[in-house]
This record gives sequence, C-alpha cells and structure tokens, in this order.
Amino acid sequence: MAVGGRVVISEIFCKGCELCVSACPQQVLEIATDRLTPKGFHPARLKAEGCTGCAICALVCPDAAITVYRELQPRPAPAAA
Amino acid sequence: MAATEQLVYERPHSLSETPNSYCPGCTHGVAHHLIAEVLDELNLRERTIGVAPVGCSVFAYNYFNMDFAEAAHGRAPAMATGLKRVQPGRIVFTYQGDGDLASIGMGEIVHAAGRGELITVIFINNANYGMTGGQMAPTTLPGQKTTSSPYGRDVETTGYPIRMAELLATLEGAAYVVRRSLHDPKNIRLAKKALRTAFEAQVRGLGFSMVELLSTCPTNWGLTPLEALKWLEQNMLPAYPLGDYKVAPALASARP
Amino acid sequence: MPRELLKGNEAMAEAAIRVGLEAYFGYPITPQTEILEWMARRMPELGRVFVQAESELGAVNMVYGAACTGARVMSSSSSPGVSLMMEGLSYIAGTELPVVLIDIMRGGPGLGNIAPSQGDYNQMVHGGGHGDYHPIVLAPATVQEAVDLTVEAFDLAEKYRNLVFVVADGNVGQIMEPAELPALREVKRATPEWALTGAEGRERRFLSSIYIDPVYEEVTNKRLQERWLDIQKNEVRFREYYLEDADLVVVGFGTAGRIALSAVRAARAEGIRAGLLRPVALSPYPYAAIDELAKRASAFLVVEMNAGQMLEDVQRAVAGRVPVDFYGRMGGMVPFPDEILDEIRRVARDPRALADPRVDWLKRLEKVLPH
Repeated sequence: MAVGGRVVISEIFCKGCELCVSACPQQVLEIATDRLTPKGFHPARLKAEGCTGCAICALVCPDAAITVYRELQPRPAPAAA
Repeated sequence: MAATEQLVYERPHSLSETPNSYCPGCTHGVAHHLIAEVLDELNLRERTIGVAPVGCSVFAYNYFNMDFAEAAHGRAPAMATGLKRVQPGRIVFTYQGDGDLASIGMGEIVHAAGRGELITVIFINNANYGMTGGQMAPTTLPGQKTTSSPYGRDVETTGYPIRMAELLATLEGAAYVVRRSLHDPKNIRLAKKALRTAFEAQVRGLGFSMVELLSTCPTNWGLTPLEALKWLEQNMLPAYPLGDYKVAPALASARP
Repeated sequence: MPRELLKGNEAMAEAAIRVGLEAYFGYPITPQTEILEWMARRMPELGRVFVQAESELGAVNMVYGAACTGARVMSSSSSPGVSLMMEGLSYIAGTELPVVLIDIMRGGPGLGNIAPSQGDYNQMVHGGGHGDYHPIVLAPATVQEAVDLTVEAFDLAEKYRNLVFVVADGNVGQIMEPAELPALREVKRATPEWALTGAEGRERRFLSSIYIDPVYEEVTNKRLQERWLDIQKNEVRFREYYLEDADLVVVGFGTAGRIALSAVRAARAEGIRAGLLRPVALSPYPYAAIDELAKRASAFLVVEMNAGQMLEDVQRAVAGRVPVDFYGRMGGMVPFPDEILDEIRRVARDPRALADPRVDWLKRLEKVLPH
C-alpha cells in the first residue's frame, strides 16, 4: 500500500513556475489560478489526494519552496522464527 | 509535523531566507539548493567561502547563508585562489556563468585548473549571456539566435561552442571535472552527487574540481520553463555530452 | 534627413555606421549593450565587420589591430569595461592611431551599478592608461548631440591620429529623444600612408608603441605633446546659456549640465543672475572661457554626477580669484533640478571661498541620504 505524504509550499518563495506540477509522478500538484502570492505569482498547491512524499517536487523546485513530509510506515512484524 | 510523519525534505540551512531573484523556472535555483544541501550534508557551511560572478548570479551572496565575495567579471577563479591560498583550511568555491567563465574569464579558469588550485567551480552553462539580456556566449549553439547573433550563430565568423569540461580535463592539475544537467529529476540527482564528489575532492586536497551544469534560461530563450527543459534536452545534450572527463584515481571509488 | 525617436545608444551606433564605420569590436556591459546588439544586426547587413570579443581586453586589442590598417574602427563599453581597455588605449595612443571609443558611464567604483554617473571623468580626460597622452573627449547631453559628436569623433580621430572618446552618462545612452541621423555614406577607401596593408609594391612599414631607445621615445613624446597643443588650440567646444550678464556661473557637463540648465532657468525667474557653461569637449577643456568668466562673475558652482572631478579643472582655471563651490551626486544617483536650484540660491546668497568645497558639500549631502 502506498505511503502517504504531504507538501507545504511556501508563498514567500514559490514563483509559480510549474516545474513541480510537471515533475510530480502522482500528478497531484496544480497552479492555483485563484490565488496570488505577495509577489504576484500564482503558487503551486496540492490539488488531490495521492501525494507519496517522494520529494521529486522539492528536487526540481528552483526556489527550495517546498517542505515534504511522509507518513511513518509501521514496521512489519518479523516473520515467526 | 504530526507524530506519525517524518520530515523528508526542508529548505537547506546553507540557503539564506532571501527569495532569489532568478526568473521563474530558471535552473540556477536548482543548482543553488543542490550546493546548499551538499554543504549541509558535509557540514561545511561555516568553513566555506563562495565567490560570486558577474551575471545572473551576481547576487548569489544574498541567497547563500555563508561568507561570500563578489569578483570582477571572469576573475572569480583568481579571487578564489587568493582566498584559498591564505586560508587552506577553508572551503572555497566559485559559481560562474558561461560568459563569466568561458569568455572573459577563460584565462583565469585555465590557469586555476592548471595550477591545480584546491577550489571547486560550479559552471552554469545556459548557452547565452543571461543577465545582460541574452547575447551570444562561447557556449551558444550553431544557428542559435541571440541578441548579438540575430541571424543565428554563424560558425564561419564566430566559431563553434567551447566545451569547457573537455578542455579543462586535459590539465594535470584538475582532479575532478564533469558535466551534468538539471533538466529532469534523474539528472538533478546525478548533479547533486557530482557536486558532493567535487567538494570532497577539495576537502581531500586532491586538486581542482569543476561541475559543469547544463541549465535553462527560459526568458532569453523565449520559452516557458517547461519548454526550456525540453529545449535543453533536445539541443544542449548532443552538443555538450554529459559525463566524467577527469576523475582522479583516489576519487574513482566515490560514486559519480 | 527626418528626425526619428531614437535611443541614445542605438543612435550613436547608427551614426557611426552612417559615416562609414568599417569594424566594431565590443563586449556586453550594461548600460551600453544596445550598441553591441545594434552593431550585431547592422554591420553584417552592410557587409562590414562585427565581432563580440571574449572581453573588453580582447575588444580593445582587436580595435588596435584593425586601426593599424587605416580602417574606421570603434568600440564601446561602460566604466568597468573601459578600465580594462586602458592598457590597450595607451598602446593605441603610443602608436598614434585614430580610434573612437564610446564610454557610457555607470555608478562605481568597482562593479558599482548600472545607474548613470559621471565617475569616469578623470579616467577619460586625464588619461587612465599609463604614460603621457591626451585623448579628445566629447560629452553629449542629448541624443542629437550624441549623434553629432559621434560623427565628428571619426573625423577628429583621423585628422590628428588621436584617440577620441565620446563619454556619456548612462542616462544619455538609455534615453529616447527625437534626433536626426546623417545620410548613409560609403566606407571611405583612401588608405593613410602609415597603414599596414601588405608591402606589395612599396617599402615595408611597421607600427609599434615601442621606442626602446629613450632618445627616440622622447622624440615621440614631444610629437604627441605638440599635437596636443594643436588640439587645444582648435578643438575646444562648449555651450553657453545666460552667461552675458551672469553673476553666478554654473558649470556642468552631460546630463548634470542639462539638469542644471533647468535650475538656472528657474533661478533667473527668481531674479538670480545665474548662467550655465556646459563643456561639450571635456578634453581640451575650456580653460580660457572659464578664465574670462572668472574676471566678471562672483562665484562658480560646479555640478557633477561624481565626487568632484571636473571641479578641479574649474578650480585650476579660476585660480582662486572667486569662490568655486560644488554639488555632486554619486554612485548612480541623479540630481533633481530642485536640488541644484537650492544650491544656486545658497551660493548666490553667500558665496564662500573654500579651499575644498567638498568638505561642506558632504555635510549638506547628509540631508538627502537614507538614514
């Protein structure tokens, strides 16, 4: 079962360049055309469930605007000896 | 952060809290955060002095959270030489564009590498002079239109692009000279590993290190950030093959 | 020719092209890169030479080589780039070649900024390169003047076998104004008798700035100095505004002079008998004109976009006979007419003879600086 994750995109740094939207393998990011950052950019945001915390968005982000979290997987019980 | 979560990625400490002024989608910013992550991971931030060029990254000293100097156009390798020679225990890197490094700074970079200066050079190759409005650079591709090659770069009168990684790799003083690209996640990861190895070469005193990073310039190429990544992949990779051009034997065990 | 709305940089570039520029060698640097870009487009269109050099150092040496052939050649740059060219310019002066250079001045020192300044006055007028040589230095204040002076620059360079600099602050390079360009001329074909073109059918020639025997270096230097005396006699250029009965003479060049003119007009409207002397050639400097004015004016006010460089030439000409005061803005700041009007009022009210007017000026500048 896929691990869940979430991202927090800072509106101080995000310039709405869309690199994260395109790079996201789960395609759960979008550009918020209904919002503007203080600098006047349309920021990126999560649009749907399905983020796995893979951090590819943060990797490609030129502004280091994204913080990524991932659910802790409970460790599977060891096989019985 | 919830108790059931782990932090996977946060903004590196080696970046300052100042938002950078690069164009949206320009891969300068990607190079910046990779360098910052590497310096964080190697715990070098407080020992490091960077040298900023003249170009789009002229204000790099505002974006990195460490000591920084501003060099004259092209002279960063010479300035870095001065900084490193009097403080050999410090880590010194330059961050330069293609006009700065391969045009006006050609003398300085060749001699810094030739002398085997224990500095690390990050060379951002985006095939034009970005800051001054998109003029032709030594790295501009044949036929590429720029504001000073308005009819397309004519190799008859302006020659062919200069491949810096290959050129510097011929010098004995160079310990690690490689070319990577920033156009997709896989290559960005490889670029980060190369940056790490380059800084390790300096830490271990093995010689001059340079990572050439193929980068986009959406504004002056007249493309969106996403189109620019595609343009890089289609046009720059064939002209500037990615690879390891010089790897000192002592580094060969370290992964690329 | 009809007047067109032109940007200063582009107007100067096109003016040079119209009067037969054969080769341009340059390098990008703000705020003059438009000159390079204009040349990149136009010179190949006309079958003439354009090269973007690897640096300003490369560019000035390319100019040096091309100038040896007798061709009409030029380069352009801005303050830090011009500093890089200084070695080459000294060589060109020592070889006695005609060369035109446009310097669009920006804030400094060092990398500075891309805002307009007049901080290169000393570098350009008093010889930034090594040795004894004197360039002719022309300083436009409008786009039309920039066109006209660029055209004259080539004729002067060839007449005297001398360096000619057209020195404009960044404002003149960037501003757009109506101006008239000359008609397009063919590239001239007459080759000077000193030019290196290949010794076919004639005695060989060489061009060098080396005179290894000091005896002959001195002979050369004497020739350069006598040329300079000639230039000083013939090539003084300045504009006068309201000076017939002026009591307070404002002296300013380029954009500073132009802004000062607004202030002088406002002062006249208040009954202050102010006038403006605006040098158009900074080298040779209009010492004689200032000397004449010093006999009947009560005070001078020098206005510059630097820390007082031309000031010293004015002080020299006035020779302490009447007070010479100073107002300057530095680092790319451009004064408003109001500031200069305040200064005119102050000096008109209380002209004081000061050994160095800059001391008090710096104190007055406190008011306009951020805190």
